[in-house]
Amino acid sequence: MLLKRLSEASGASGDEGEVRSLLKEELSLHVEEVTTDALGNLYLKKGFGRKPRVMVAAHMDEVGLMVVGYEKSGLLRVVKVGSIDDRVLASKVVSIGKDRIAGVIGAKAVHLQKPDERTKAIDINNLYIDLGVRSQEEAEKLVKIGDYATFTAKVREAGDNCLIGKAFDNRAGCAVLAELLKEDFDLELNAVFTVQEEVGLRGAGVAAYSIHPDVALVIETTAAADVVGSKEAAYVTKLGDGPALTLMDSTYMAPQQILDLVAETAEKLAIPYQFRRLTTAGTDAGIISQTHAGILSAVISIPCRYIHSPASIINLDDWQNTLRLARGILNAIAEGGLRLEGTA
Amino acid sequence: MEIKRFLKDICEAPGVSGYEEYVAKIVRAAFCAHVDEVRQDRMGNVVFLKRGSDSGGRRPRILLAAHLDEIGLMVTKIEEGGFLRFSAVGGIDPRTVVGQEVILYGREKLSGVIGVKPPHLTPADELSKGHKMEDLHIDVALTEESARKLVAVGDLALIRRELIQLAGSTVAAKAMDDRAGLAVLLSCLQELERLRHAADVYAVATVQEEVGVRGAAMATYGVVPDIGIAVDVTHAEMPGVLEHEACKLGKGPGITVGPNIHPKISEEIIRVAKEYRLPYQLEAFPGPTGTDARAIQVTRGGIPTGLLSIPLRYMHTSVELLDMDDLKLSGRLLAYFIAGVDSAFVEGLSCC
Amino acid sequence: MKELLKKLSETYGPSGREEQISRVIREEIKDYVDETYTDNMGNLYAVKKGSGAKIMVAAHMDEIGMIVTHIDDKGFLRFSNVGGLSPHVLLGQRVIFANGSQGTVGMEKLEEINKLKLEKLYIDIGATTKDDARKHIKVGDIATYHREATIVGNRVIGKAMDNRAGCAVLVKAIQELAQTENEVYAVFTSQEEVGLRGSRISTYRINPDLGLAVDITMVGDTPEAPTMDVSLGKGPTVKIKDASVICHPRLKEKLSEIAEKNEIPYQYEVLTAGGTDAGAIHLTKEGIPAGVISIPCRYVHTPGEMVDLDDLAHAVKLLKAFLSAPLEMREIFPCHLE
Repeated sequence: MLLKRLSEASGASGDEGEVRSLLKEELSLHVEEVTTDALGNLYLKKGFGRKPRVMVAAHMDEVGLMVVGYEKSGLLRVVKVGSIDDRVLASKVVSIGKDRIAGVIGAKAVHLQKPDERTKAIDINNLYIDLGVRSQEEAEKLVKIGDYATFTAKVREAGDNCLIGKAFDNRAGCAVLAELLKEDFDLELNAVFTVQEEVGLRGAGVAAYSIHPDVALVIETTAAADVVGSKEAAYVTKLGDGPALTLMDSTYMAPQQILDLVAETAEKLAIPYQFRRLTTAGTDAGIISQTHAGILSAVISIPCRYIHSPASIINLDDWQNTLRLARGILNAIAEGGLRLEGTA
Repeated sequence: MEIKRFLKDICEAPGVSGYEEYVAKIVRAAFCAHVDEVRQDRMGNVVFLKRGSDSGGRRPRILLAAHLDEIGLMVTKIEEGGFLRFSAVGGIDPRTVVGQEVILYGREKLSGVIGVKPPHLTPADELSKGHKMEDLHIDVALTEESARKLVAVGDLALIRRELIQLAGSTVAAKAMDDRAGLAVLLSCLQELERLRHAADVYAVATVQEEVGVRGAAMATYGVVPDIGIAVDVTHAEMPGVLEHEACKLGKGPGITVGPNIHPKISEEIIRVAKEYRLPYQLEAFPGPTGTDARAIQVTRGGIPTGLLSIPLRYMHTSVELLDMDDLKLSGRLLAYFIAGVDSAFVEGLSCC
Repeated sequence: MKELLKKLSETYGPSGREEQISRVIREEIKDYVDETYTDNMGNLYAVKKGSGAKIMVAAHMDEIGMIVTHIDDKGFLRFSNVGGLSPHVLLGQRVIFANGSQGTVGMEKLEEINKLKLEKLYIDIGATTKDDARKHIKVGDIATYHREATIVGNRVIGKAMDNRAGCAVLVKAIQELAQTENEVYAVFTSQEEVGLRGSRISTYRINPDLGLAVDITMVGDTPEAPTMDVSLGKGPTVKIKDASVICHPRLKEKLSEIAEKNEIPYQYEVLTAGGTDAGAIHLTKEGIPAGVISIPCRYVHTPGEMVDLDDLAHAVKLLKAFLSAPLEMREIFPCHLE
């Protein structure tokens, strides 16, 4: 299962090589052209010269850590790559650097903490990666300054057609885009697996500049907060209720014709869908829609509980429905479902 | 021109973000001897071109960026009595400007101070709190009437500071961030005079870095380089700062690694440093850096980017302190890196 | 001017939903320009052709609003802010949607009023059930303040003076603009309140020689106001700096010169927070010199924004004078040194 391999691959922002190779290998035979750029975005093209030119983007990178220093003892000082809640870090297993060295994230044992320390969040300055070495010299042989670390977690089936694992944000989206590339659409399909989304939508902007598409579709993974203790209005999305459509976030507002097209497509194909009930954070669509003289963009997302942690959950029906919806949107665009030029 | 002399001249010159023309002229005069072409764009970026030696086909283009602008103060209101309220252009800790002498660039150059209430008249609980920018004022010792004639809202002020020679090769001044970077660019251009380099070098003195890396974005869009290297300053170690958060003074430039940097660029700079036995320090940064490199990397279809940093203490104050040896080492390292760049290296940067 | 401002102020048009206000403005200007068109993001362009400098003038036409994110079983609407909205200002406000549906803003039980957050508020449109609410409103619809513009002496109070005051100035200037050799692109921009988005892409499309934004600015002349040397009624401002832009010094000089020559009162403006379309304009491509003419405005982002009609009239004069003077770009912006 491609999604499983994608999820288990290691690829923090700026270090997407493993994911890129995996996708390249999986998809090269299905497309007409494969290229990369200076940042590491992976472009796969199909239907060269057809109209309209459509960019479909899914980011490859995941949140992670970066090694910034050594303690004399050989413990590694780290900083976060992308946004991670410090409180998730303690006692997790990570893999570090090109050789995927194993390490664990340690913190002072609870027995040794004073009572007031125990109630406080453990922040990243009190955490470190332990390789099991005994000195800085030993650590320096295994790990370099600037090496990336990511959580390690196997994908596991669970509950009612769900998966547990890490980095579903956004390998689940990558897997959808990979499936789309195996199909044929009556348009010029420019798939881009983008880099560095988690550190500020860095890859998608240059990709949109290079492709200059008529329209863009971003396939993402978004938070599902449908858990005990949270109110329905604050769910963001609900696991199992289908792909989520973004109305607005900090970087983007969905144009009315995009909302209409996506909603009509879902209804026509009887695909369940929901709206993302959060208007903050951002996706690649934010930067794509502001590239050149504006690129009409849409975002659909797979709901994911406990996002940005090594133990998140997605529902495979949601994943299938996101694929169906994306396929439906591309077909609708191919059939002229969007006004693509300014109207006089 | 001697590097320290140049550094003194530009650090003492005014050049707040958006108003870099004065310092730009000094930089131009010093760089001219070493370049083939100079161009200034409408926003004020100055682009110096030193052509490479390759004759067949398109020469690789390397853009070097160091920013001209410095942080400063801007008058926001003329109060009764002729006192001047001000805000910061760029990031300034208001606690570092209290009790400073300033030069106010009004209709004419005025001397002034940032006054402070004497401790005798200040309640004890107030003494333990830092000053806020909106509570401070500039006093140019003029009546309100004269002040209104000579000063307007929007006028700029800078802390009065000459470059100070400290022990050994250490110096302190205002605006080392990033006039030190410009000194590295000059030193690099001088080194290049005696080296053979295939690539065209576009040394750019950028504007408006301190208010959001604005100039570098525009300049890079115009030059369309194959490689972009920003030269800026970074924090040097001092009490209260963890070892991994800072570089050391005098141990060579910091070479940044991380998402903002193309790995093949940082690897090559490190290789060159090792080959020529030049000291360097590694700086890992987990996202877009707060330097021109941030803007350069995502210009147009993406530019392979690198970042060299000069270790410096007390950033964004009037006593920014650094070691002259680090400047010279940085200039040399940059020049040797440039001399090694050819078309094959550039081609290797777009496939990962 | 009064009537125009009142009409523009009262028209619906939050960020991302500018169709109605765009139509109203287009009607006002279409007979005075060579061409009008819109783009995918909702910007409205009006072009006066010419052979001289290509000047873009941007006035954003969007206003702040509330986007519906959820409709609960009883038909109450939960929402998020579109642009900068204070929950305290919203309390008890009447709001209106694109289709004319109206509602009032209610609040959950709250112990301490200073803990009021947008999440505690909802819009009540008088619906009795979810299905009832859905007959009028769907998730994604955006409401704005519902408020009539009132003329009080020489001043006007209303919603969306930010930035319909600027739109009114640009409309008037275009209507009254004499023959000029400059090529003028008046752009009524979209989505300024959510991040200068319309101007970013319209500037890229036009690629002008220079850009000017017409927007409102804050004032420092009300009781215990923040320190700022701008007053209502003392003329439009020539902006020097805000958080998004440092206006090009030569453009600032040029605007001041023109104001002085034509005896138009003006003020210098340094705004320490907040931004305007010029922030996006000047960063486009290789950089485009940009400036701003602002209309002083009190109580910004409330339904009671107040502007002074003389300030608007003077802004029109200044803008017209600027646009009709021949601009020798090479003289103002000497580019090539050697």
